[in-house]
Amino acid sequence: MKSETPEPGVAAAETSRTAVFEARGITKVYHIGEIDVHALRGVDMDLFQGELMVLLGPSGSGKSTLLNILGGLDVPSSGTVHYLDHDLTAYDDAALTQYRREHVGFIFQFYNLIPSLTARENVALITEIARQPMDPAEALDLVGLGDRMNHFPSQLSGGEQQRVAIARAVAKRPDVLLCDEPTGALDVKTGILVLEAIERANRELGTTTAVITHNAVIAKMADRVVSLSGGMVSHEERNASRLPAHELEW
Amino acid sequence: MSMLDRKLLRDLWAMKGQALAIALVIGAGVATFVMSLSTLESLSSTLDAYYQRYRFAHVFASMKRAPNSLGERIVEIPGVAQTSLRIVEDVTLDVEGMIEPAVGRLISIPERPQGEPNALHLRRGRYIEPGRAGEVLVNEAFAEAHGFEPGDHVVAVINGRKQRLTIVGVALSPEYIIQLAGGSLLPDDRRFGVFWMAYPQLAAAFDMEGAFNNVALTLMHGASEPEVIERLDDLLDPYGGLGAYGRRDHLSHQYISDEIRQLRGMGMIAPAIFLSVATFLLNMVVSRVISLQREQIAALKAFGYRRWEVGLHYLKLVAAITLIGVALGVVAGSLLGRNLTEMYTTFYRFPLFSFHLDAGVAVLAVVVSVGAALLGTMTAVRRAVRLPPAEAMRPEPPAQYRPTFIERSGLGGFMPQTARMILRQLERSPLKSSLSSLGMALSVAVLILGSFSLDSIEYIMEFQFNLSQRYDLSLAFVEAAPGRVLHDVEHLPGVIDCEPFRSTPCRFRHGHHERRVAIMGLAPDSRLFRLLDREERQVEVPPEGLMLSEKLAELLHVTVGDLITVEVLEGQRPVRDVRVTALVAEFGGTNAYMNIDALRRLLREGDTASGVFLTVDADKLEALHGQIKESPRVAGVTVKTAALQSFRDTIAENLLRMRLFNIMFAGVIAFGVVYNSARISLSERSRELATLRVIGFTRGEISAILLGELAVLTVAAVPLGLVLGYLFGWLVTLGLDTEVYRIPLVINASTYAFAATVVMVAAFVSGLIVRERLDHLDLVAVLKSKE
Repeated sequence: MKSETPEPGVAAAETSRTAVFEARGITKVYHIGEIDVHALRGVDMDLFQGELMVLLGPSGSGKSTLLNILGGLDVPSSGTVHYLDHDLTAYDDAALTQYRREHVGFIFQFYNLIPSLTARENVALITEIARQPMDPAEALDLVGLGDRMNHFPSQLSGGEQQRVAIARAVAKRPDVLLCDEPTGALDVKTGILVLEAIERANRELGTTTAVITHNAVIAKMADRVVSLSGGMVSHEERNASRLPAHELEW
Repeated sequence: MSMLDRKLLRDLWAMKGQALAIALVIGAGVATFVMSLSTLESLSSTLDAYYQRYRFAHVFASMKRAPNSLGERIVEIPGVAQTSLRIVEDVTLDVEGMIEPAVGRLISIPERPQGEPNALHLRRGRYIEPGRAGEVLVNEAFAEAHGFEPGDHVVAVINGRKQRLTIVGVALSPEYIIQLAGGSLLPDDRRFGVFWMAYPQLAAAFDMEGAFNNVALTLMHGASEPEVIERLDDLLDPYGGLGAYGRRDHLSHQYISDEIRQLRGMGMIAPAIFLSVATFLLNMVVSRVISLQREQIAALKAFGYRRWEVGLHYLKLVAAITLIGVALGVVAGSLLGRNLTEMYTTFYRFPLFSFHLDAGVAVLAVVVSVGAALLGTMTAVRRAVRLPPAEAMRPEPPAQYRPTFIERSGLGGFMPQTARMILRQLERSPLKSSLSSLGMALSVAVLILGSFSLDSIEYIMEFQFNLSQRYDLSLAFVEAAPGRVLHDVEHLPGVIDCEPFRSTPCRFRHGHHERRVAIMGLAPDSRLFRLLDREERQVEVPPEGLMLSEKLAELLHVTVGDLITVEVLEGQRPVRDVRVTALVAEFGGTNAYMNIDALRRLLREGDTASGVFLTVDADKLEALHGQIKESPRVAGVTVKTAALQSFRDTIAENLLRMRLFNIMFAGVIAFGVVYNSARISLSERSRELATLRVIGFTRGEISAILLGELAVLTVAAVPLGLVLGYLFGWLVTLGLDTEVYRIPLVINASTYAFAATVVMVAAFVSGLIVRERLDHLDLVAVLKSKE
């Protein structure tokens, strides 16, 4: 599949692009107590091979729900989601698990590292169940943490923990990388380090990437920006050029 | 090792205190199980080996006198392997240093052993030498009670003549592992002893040359015992046979096999309690671990770990804690089992010792413990398995609280805020609160279970020896004597009151149920031997009919009003149907009673007595015993207080040891429950408690909130535990209901108080340990961390 990727990191021309995800008419309703919460109200969205997309929106706009559905962590109430030629909406739990295992790398706002495992072990936890993973050390080098491999999460700063999480996500060589507010809990400087790591994974490994954020500045590093509000796509725009992460400022 | 397993080990290490507390509870249960069952197995196989090696007979019979030539016809009975024709006589012994006479049972042995049944094991000294007069071997228990060594002497009144016997060896016999004189409930090794003497000498002393009055025989493999008994009885009938019987009715065998069987009851009930507490603790702790690791579980699932892989991970955690407990338990249990087997081996004087831990017992312990633990934590683990990853990503919603019942009822106004917090916390998770309380209640129950047997035994003593048997001494005559002997006895020095009894061996038949018992004939208004019902009320001896102990009635499947076929095994051997007229409560043996006159009529004899019950003036005992020793008519004396004392001494040590184990084990449970509950509360509420500290609460005040909850649970646990203890005690008494003993359920107030105190102290100490932790709560770190 990766061999089909045109030129990694470069926004491909609209005509030659392959849609990795095709979401059509996605709705999601949560029933909380006696109230129905409409998190998504009919979203159409594509994610193309090799691109870095930013999903922008305030909290409560439904972006996390959308990302969870793309990543196979959640299922929509209605609508269809295709990953290449697989219909994710037809998948049961076991099939979704298999899909996540083979194709998806996640990065979460609160890192979700296993506190009882070192940085290297946290990465190895995932490479153990992957098909053709990198060496955990290699993945940690990629995020600039080669020298802190044997530290436990509690011995790492927030930014370092998030970079371990990125190493963990990319070490399995996922086809898509889904990042949920990866800098949400970090200061600017650390946030940029983290974004650089994500950028690098996208450029160097050609991993199709979606980043969720409420921070409009981050949108500048994307090939394409999709804005969500009130559970619907409110705006979509293509950046003429991607701003390198280290030039971002907020 | 996979990373998940590595995580497992580290998680386990992080919760080592809690894991160990649970492992100890499991260990205590497994230890009891392994100890009881391995001791049971070891003793059973030791006993079998002993019986096998020393050819313990299968069938026994006594008669008045039969010619030795009858032996050949006995051997011809199909199924009989070996026979031993013997003379067995009880004699009065005058032992130096004892004012009262002892009873010696003289058993004839061949001058040279020829591989006959009931072989002797020589502990010290030598075997008798042919032709040497007065040489005897003595049973070790009697020898030790008196400090006899080879070379010492005893004086016996043999057939009316005093004879000096020389002890040449100290021996053991599978036939007298427990030396019980006929009709007595308790072994008394000081006053009843077995001696073995050369046949020619014993025959000469009792005018029994060329004859025997007792036979023991072993059976061939596959022989039918009832058939042999029937044929043997036919052969012995003309010679005054008293009815043959098998091992089932053999006193020593019955006593010892009952006692071994009692281990089984202990091996089942206590472990079940421990295991259920451990399962609950595991559930509590694993639930907490899973809710703390909610987000880790989400991450694992997000990265494609399958449901079963996540579930297996937590089941492994459960299994690891359980297996640590099982390992501790198996090791401790086999050490304790070895110790206990040694104790019993010494106590029973087995000539061989073997302890083996059956692999099956250990495997069973593993399977049952792990099975119970996995089953008990299934719901918690299933929660982890089912946790939708997208939802797990979000922190758990805040716990729901509401005003408690007490507050809703309007009494809340009087409550301080801290009391409110305690009550709301308890009411929020009623299941967890009640299970914690139940756990502690079970430790109260375990203590009662371990201690109540002492109360019950005290009660039996009181019932049997103070309320029922009011005599001080009972004299048994060599042969049934005419009633006028009573007048002679009345005039012995120091005799205050005196009552005759008549006792005769019989066989009872009811349908296909059959028992060999002795009927005791009592005076209708007996003062010295009162039959009682369960409420300790005297049951009058009716003019006609049989009174049976409840156990005997149960064994024969009869109730009041039924007819039993009574076959008398002495004298003219009448066979008659007799009606059961009453049942009596008795805690030992299977006994039958009749009006003494009715029994005499049944026997077709006049005014006779087998012996007398006496109350005596304690100051004149010496003179009384002096005269009894001289009397050729008296075959034996039972001194009630002496028998009682020796019994108390024997059991006191064993029971104290068991009680110590139980205190230890109950402490383990109480600690396990309190420590784990407190640690979990601490983990759930550290943020809240740290906030309170920051606001200005003192350490004491926040400890009060956390430990107050446990104090409430402990106080609630005590009454529940007392009730459970009573129920478990009842279960145990069912398990201990055997032919030799029945244990009544008697629990003294002091036992309840003891159990409650131990558990409250254990809870308090555990609380102090947790408080130590609370004192070191890092306020800043707790508040900074993400909930």
